[in-house]
Amino acid sequence: MEFKLFLFWVVSLILVGAAVGVITTRNPVQAALFLVLAFFNSAIIWMLMEAEFLSITLVLVYVGAVMVLFLFVVMMLDINLSPLREGFTRYLPLGGLVAALIVGEIVLLISNKWFSAENFPVPAARPADYSNTEELGVAMYTDYLLQFEIAAVILLVAIIAAIALTMRRRPDTKYQRPAEQVQVRKEDRLRIVSMDSGNQESQ
Amino acid sequence: MAAFFDSLLLVIVTVLKVLLIMIPLLLSVAYLTYAERKVIGAMQVRNGPNRVGWKGLLQPIADVLKLLTKEIIVPTNSHRFLFLIAPILSLAPAFAAWAVIPFNDTAVLADVNAGLLYVLALTSLGVYGVIVAGWASNSKYAFLGAMRSAAQIVAYEIAMGFALVGVLMVSGSLNLGDIVRAQEGSIFHWFWLPLLPLFLVYFISGVAETNRAPFDVAEGESEIVAGFHVDYSGMAFALFFLAEYANMIMIAALTSVLFLGGWLSPVSFLPDSMIWFFLKVALMLFFFLWFRATFPRYRYDQIMRLGWKIFIPVTIVWIVVEAVAILLEIEPWFALRAA
Repeated sequence: MEFKLFLFWVVSLILVGAAVGVITTRNPVQAALFLVLAFFNSAIIWMLMEAEFLSITLVLVYVGAVMVLFLFVVMMLDINLSPLREGFTRYLPLGGLVAALIVGEIVLLISNKWFSAENFPVPAARPADYSNTEELGVAMYTDYLLQFEIAAVILLVAIIAAIALTMRRRPDTKYQRPAEQVQVRKEDRLRIVSMDSGNQESQ
Repeated sequence: MAAFFDSLLLVIVTVLKVLLIMIPLLLSVAYLTYAERKVIGAMQVRNGPNRVGWKGLLQPIADVLKLLTKEIIVPTNSHRFLFLIAPILSLAPAFAAWAVIPFNDTAVLADVNAGLLYVLALTSLGVYGVIVAGWASNSKYAFLGAMRSAAQIVAYEIAMGFALVGVLMVSGSLNLGDIVRAQEGSIFHWFWLPLLPLFLVYFISGVAETNRAPFDVAEGESEIVAGFHVDYSGMAFALFFLAEYANMIMIAALTSVLFLGGWLSPVSFLPDSMIWFFLKVALMLFFFLWFRATFPRYRYDQIMRLGWKIFIPVTIVWIVVEAVAILLEIEPWFALRAA
């Protein structure tokens, strides 16, 4: 148990450090890599909380897919940093207000007598053969099927909307049509011309 | 105190088990490079390495020694830390994924329930090595290689994931051992037959994931010199090489476990054994080498077309077919599900 606690502290420290790194580093690619580190460490914390399925999914979806795409875009950006820093004093009051609100809410939540740790007993550890993948699946596809399907439809709409918004028809671009390509016959491309070779006289 | 020694013992035993997997794996990587040169040599009617040792058998050792003694050059304008950590980033997931691969009914390092998800998560991490290397080198060629690799891996990972969904549907488990046990029977009960399109999609996507020919545009030596590892030398370069071959063996092992019945014997009168598993892995590895000797490199838009417009629709259609077959209790699929 002690080792688990130690692990928790180490991982949380790295997590907080990585999160600070995301907002302090100047270089956008480094910031994205710090975010990857933060995701990875939160996955480890979830693993410590025995949420194995969610933890692996976090790595698979966020680290393995979302952040790769993110990096892909960030690497191609050519960001000039000076105009970004110009607005610092202008946005400071609003940003400070938001930060103060968040900190206040968290303090309220962890210090309030209704939400303090004593009111929430430590959940009993599950036996080793307990499969939370199965539990999640059962909950998602029986009790919460409607909500799950609605979420799926919303995502589908978002995908189609994103494609519709960004797709531009450019008739002048050249691209291959494989269906037409495989139907090409010799007659379409090749013209045999009979002509004198010109070499015969020299022989 | 006794509890402390118990946990210490557990750590020691686990480390020994890890070494028991790692050392043969490293040796296989070394001799896979030898096999590759010999096999491709034979296919191109030449000898391949035959100078160091008997029939060139010590060639991999000589290569390793050569790479070890070479200097690691860090380019002036590169990001030093990321440049040096990139090879490790690509190597670590390739090794860590072996923790859940079952060699036979009992020989598996970690028999976890979500084994397949774990493998999928770790194989998706390998791309960071390539991206970070390409970016940290601060070179145009390396950067182009990294971009190509990122786009390609994102495209093929989706098809790969869908192919695995099909496996999950018929086996009803994420545990790799249980997936093999669901394929009990002869060669015709293995998943390659009822899931033939998914098997093909999975293996070809695997070739693309590992950046192997004909999908090796990330290094594409004829266009972008050596792609993401153009600035690497010595042992740092060797680690990329190691990661690529370890990933190949990984994909071959996963294909054997998921579609070719792992340690199960192809005919009922021969006993199941670990040897079958190794034979299947060797067969799939041979396909990797065969592809390299046979196919010219894909053009980039063709790679994207194959991944997005062919593989993903094929897997989705086959998942629907499977779901209907299981729902209507149609034979091979439903029988597999019941087992």
